[in-house]
Amino acid sequence: MLHTTRLHTLAGYKQLERGVDAVFGSALNPLRHLGALGFLLFWFLAVSGIYLYAMLDTSVEGAYTSVADLSRTPWHPGGVLRSLHRYAADAFIVVMLLHLLREVLEGHYQGFRRFSWLTGVPLLLLAFTSAIGGFWLNWDRLGQFSALATAEWLDRLPLFASPLTRNFLNVASVSDRLFSLFVFVHLGVPLLLVFGLWFHIQRIARAAVFPPRTLALGAAATLLALALLAPVLSQAPADLATVPGALAYDWLLLFVHPLVYATSADFVWALLAAALLVLFAMPFLPHTAAVPVAVVDPANCNGCRRCFDDCPYEAVTMVPHPQRRLRQMAQVNADLCASCGICVGACPSSTPFRSVAELVTGIDMPSAPIGALRQQLTQGLAGLGDVPGKIVVFGCACGADVTRLAGADVATFSLMCTGQLPPSFVEYALRDGAAGVLVSACPEGGCEFRLGQRWTAQRLQGTREPHLRASVPQDRLAVAWADAGDESAVRAALNTLRQQISAAPAAPPIRPVPAHG
Amino acid sequence: MAERLSSTPVAWFGQALLYGLFALVIGIFSQWPAYRHLPADQALIKVSFNHQGKPVSGCRKATPEELAKLPPNMRAPLVCSRERSPITVEVDLDGSPALRHVAQPSGLSRDGSSAFYQRVPVAAGTHSLVVRVKDDSRSPDFDYVREASVTLKPAQILVIDFNPTKGGITLQ
Repeated sequence: MLHTTRLHTLAGYKQLERGVDAVFGSALNPLRHLGALGFLLFWFLAVSGIYLYAMLDTSVEGAYTSVADLSRTPWHPGGVLRSLHRYAADAFIVVMLLHLLREVLEGHYQGFRRFSWLTGVPLLLLAFTSAIGGFWLNWDRLGQFSALATAEWLDRLPLFASPLTRNFLNVASVSDRLFSLFVFVHLGVPLLLVFGLWFHIQRIARAAVFPPRTLALGAAATLLALALLAPVLSQAPADLATVPGALAYDWLLLFVHPLVYATSADFVWALLAAALLVLFAMPFLPHTAAVPVAVVDPANCNGCRRCFDDCPYEAVTMVPHPQRRLRQMAQVNADLCASCGICVGACPSSTPFRSVAELVTGIDMPSAPIGALRQQLTQGLAGLGDVPGKIVVFGCACGADVTRLAGADVATFSLMCTGQLPPSFVEYALRDGAAGVLVSACPEGGCEFRLGQRWTAQRLQGTREPHLRASVPQDRLAVAWADAGDESAVRAALNTLRQQISAAPAAPPIRPVPAHG
Repeated sequence: MAERLSSTPVAWFGQALLYGLFALVIGIFSQWPAYRHLPADQALIKVSFNHQGKPVSGCRKATPEELAKLPPNMRAPLVCSRERSPITVEVDLDGSPALRHVAQPSGLSRDGSSAFYQRVPVAAGTHSLVVRVKDDSRSPDFDYVREASVTLKPAQILVIDFNPTKGGITLQ
């Protein structure tokens, strides 16, 4: 039931992503860069926060005035930075929660992703803690309400000998020393967040900690425009003798306080504990059996390091070769391996042109060896008979389903990730009788294994090793960037390729594939 | 196809629209709708204290046998209980009980202070208050009683605290 709901919601989310793709292009789609956007917003917060801290008077009397003065003059840089700081915090929380939602829907919390998931969950708490603590430093009516509400909520836990709320009983209770605590919360917790983020991306190669420049500029311009058009202003100064009246309320960051008062402190603690328990337990829930991880064959590994460079999860390390002195060999860390096969596509020994009866490569996937793909390709093309204009389609099991395209003139092959495809297979297919080859991969930013799409594009463009040879006629090759549910895009690309082939003059003869073995 | 679309005027317009929509969501929910914690016609009474109750029992003289068992430097003539009395607080509002609580002493040996904090929302206006505090389990009655008539404006906070060194029950 839950699984079905997740899949339905995922389908809807993917639909939304494709809709935004149509406007931004998949490479610049904010929904495909949520993690990187989170980092960007964090840096906005850090830079504006340093300025605000320099301006802040950390005393009971001075705090309110020092912050409120920033916004007194319209469009003053201080006021703009203050507004930017608040809106960046709001945006950070929204982006972080969307990132969480996306990863849940994609099922990205088990197996090799367990570490990233488990190190990500505490970041939720740290983010909200530092965000809420920021309101206290203003020491306006909203800050007063938030500080007291937090104290009342925390006092339900048997943590403190004296209730925290006694720090806010009256004006005399609030001291400058309390502001040191506020500063610690709002500066210390974000520092912990930085460490947490560092851990969070530890097992990710080439982690995207900055979005594409256009997207970064768009996000900055949006927040700046918002800061200029709707500057954040302080509310009345804190007054512990009265309860704050109607507050202009930040529901994105402070929703927990009204929730506590609408239910009870105990209920919200229970809710939080249950949510954390579920989030921490998710990686350990029963799931489908893991696909066997990549295996290195020392006899065929020449230590070229391409798999080491291309692995999206740093699962490959280089160790001394056991059989060849002064040479290296790849070694796979099974705990980190995503079983994506991208390393197989990177291995120069994966070329199907090798004149061996049984193609064994340097690093391979036991569940879908590259030798089997060569055999299936040969058989698939032979199975199409003498049909003119035969087309081979290589696709991705995580992306658009290419198997539906199989037909009288089309042989389809679904790989673990299109990054598993050594580009030489394109040439091999053409030399083995195919008139054209269509490669289908997920859109940029949509690869289940992060880098498969990027490496595929670069290898086919000839900018990354192993590259497709320049001698391969470009009009015989088509590429479709389409994720699951977007099969129509692949079909359209196939039809275009078919028309291209039939309209083209007779293709120059391509040297056929030599017999193996 | 999406890549090509992203640089057309229509796409630019669409991007501006989506950025604007995001800004609108952020801008709106960062300050709207307004939140009022307490209804406009109400005031708030906060009852709170952090006080160490009196010892649950008095001191007695140590017997010669007890003293003989102790090292010479620890032979104090009196044996005193560490345990403190729980503190009982009662608040009557306009003749009706509004609050009663027994705050237990903290610490494994129950020798720490007893702390308490409770909010009591009330209608703004004049109220008669009776506050009773008992911090000695050996006494049969409340040790401290204070009666007062208070007039509370809407949103006003009245703090009822207890500190024997500062006048016992205080209303601030």
